[in-house]
Amino acid sequence: MILLRLTARSLWHRRSTALLTLLTIGVSVMLLLGVEKVRTETRNSFANTLSGTDLIVGARSGQIQLLLYSIFRMGDATSNISWQSYELVKNHKNVAWTVPISVGDSHRGYRVLGTTEGYFDHYRYGNRHPLSFDDGRRFESLYDVVLGAEVAKKLGYTLGSRIVVAHGIGNASFSKHDDKPFRVVGILNRTGTPVDRTVHLSLQALEAIHIDWKAGVKIPGQAVSAEEAAAKELKPKQITAFLVGMKSKVATFHLQRSINNYRKEPMLAILPGVALQQLWDMVGIAEKALMLVSAIVVMAGLVGMLTVILTSLNERRRELAILRSVGARAWQILLLLTLESALLTVLGVGLGIILLYAGIGLSQSFLETQVGVFVPLTALNVYQWKLLGLVVVCGTLVGLIPGYRAYRYSVADGLTIRI
Amino acid sequence: MQAAIALEKLEFGWAKDQPLLNIESLTVMRGERLFLQGASGSGKSTLLNLIGGVLEPNAGAIHLMDVSLQALSKTQRDAFRADHIGFVFQMFNLLPYLNVLENVTLPCGFSTTRRDKAVLRDGSVDDSARRLLDHLELGGALLRRPVTDLSMGQQQRVAVARALIGSPEILIADEPTSALDVGNRDRFLQLLVQECEAEETTLMFVSHDPTLHDHFDRVVDLHGLNRSGGDA
Repeated sequence: MILLRLTARSLWHRRSTALLTLLTIGVSVMLLLGVEKVRTETRNSFANTLSGTDLIVGARSGQIQLLLYSIFRMGDATSNISWQSYELVKNHKNVAWTVPISVGDSHRGYRVLGTTEGYFDHYRYGNRHPLSFDDGRRFESLYDVVLGAEVAKKLGYTLGSRIVVAHGIGNASFSKHDDKPFRVVGILNRTGTPVDRTVHLSLQALEAIHIDWKAGVKIPGQAVSAEEAAAKELKPKQITAFLVGMKSKVATFHLQRSINNYRKEPMLAILPGVALQQLWDMVGIAEKALMLVSAIVVMAGLVGMLTVILTSLNERRRELAILRSVGARAWQILLLLTLESALLTVLGVGLGIILLYAGIGLSQSFLETQVGVFVPLTALNVYQWKLLGLVVVCGTLVGLIPGYRAYRYSVADGLTIRI
Repeated sequence: MQAAIALEKLEFGWAKDQPLLNIESLTVMRGERLFLQGASGSGKSTLLNLIGGVLEPNAGAIHLMDVSLQALSKTQRDAFRADHIGFVFQMFNLLPYLNVLENVTLPCGFSTTRRDKAVLRDGSVDDSARRLLDHLELGGALLRRPVTDLSMGQQQRVAVARALIGSPEILIADEPTSALDVGNRDRFLQLLVQECEAEETTLMFVSHDPTLHDHFDRVVDLHGLNRSGGDA
């Protein structure tokens, strides 16, 4: 079609300004898509963090807080729960399995999680995927650790590496359990969940490294060596939380109520699905705000394009009169200018997609390690295509403004060329 | 002989009491080469816009090749203009982002009638453009050059080729020589008239310059023709 060819040639003639316009739109589209993609991936990894667990039980606090420190390795537990209470639930007739969890220590910024072997049997993520080993095995002897995929990759650990656990959380902890070093015996496969960023060891090991500690400091003059600690009976007195699997799902609510109403110790039992949803709703507000901001950035890009086209229009009155004289109808002039915006927007969207994938390719490892979101190089989904379609529609509609202006010009000027 | 342009009791003015144009009668026969003399302010551009169908008269009739423009809708008039009239203006007639050949073939993109005629005559639109440019002493390496590289005289000849492609019945030239020096001007006129003759095109040449009379069959003074002596 001649109009499209003319638009393309005319744009090419003004390519320096057109390119800048294109870049503006491209960057804004990249931002929009990027935010949307990160949002989708975050939501997916959220929803996929834990499955197959019927209840999470911890000390009484908020359900999101419990979810954060037990599953997402974020924040701190307000208090622990006693081993007796844990055993009580564990031995309940409707309970199929339990996995105790103890947190509070770290290794070079990664959380240390004390648990039992049951963790490897019962923890499920995504569509009920069990954990699997990339290399090695579960912890067997006291000073064995199993690393999440990211910990091993980031810190360059392999089987047999020796590591020291730091007391407390944070990268710069000064108190280290350096008298009782651990040996890496297993490395898990990547799961895309917080498990990847976790150092797993047994509850007994946690007891052993804290045997000569009290209230967060070493008891002076009471050093117990690693061998001595191993010889002692290491029975945990407290844990942070535990996961529960039920024999019958129907009994879940009943058990939840019993735990929440347990009088001897204040405890909280939550349904992971409900809590995950609630957490997502909270985070979702920020995501929506981010989405809104990027939508506004796209609008700003389109307004920038509008400005450039309107500014050029006065200089192009001659061009419009010439086109009229060689036979262009007035409506074709309107279409010509609208096509220009549409073409710029379509190209801008294309550029945005290219920039997005280039951006993901470049920042993938950064996002994964620093932000904890793995953004795969997958194709755009239907919703994302719809968003892009909306951008093109908006760009085309914006083009009606210079289109109408040009139409008015060409009706007023007719065949008279104004200089 | 058939009339190419026939104006009858034509009246035009933006306001009823301020007529710009009032022409009792003007007839241009097919193949005739008319020199319409008019200084600026004689209603020249208004008349061209009326014949081009961009403006509508307040009263009277315009017939082009026996078709009444008033009987056509706005869009039909646009289409009619595209099919039957070629225009050459004072200067800067060409689109700067197209090369010489593309500028010449432009009308064929807007009028299938002219495209079909060009193809029928020369085999293809491009060949038709090449033939016309060749006749107007523009050819070879110039075809793919950007029009901004051309001299003013060359640009005006490209505009003539564009106005003639697809053999429209009427060519309207509005002061096409005013930007040319004397030597270029005479050569341009020779080529224009010669090509219009070859194509049997009716030529309506509008200029304020009486020294150009010799090239034309008939001279009409717009000042004498326009009884309102309007201001446009």
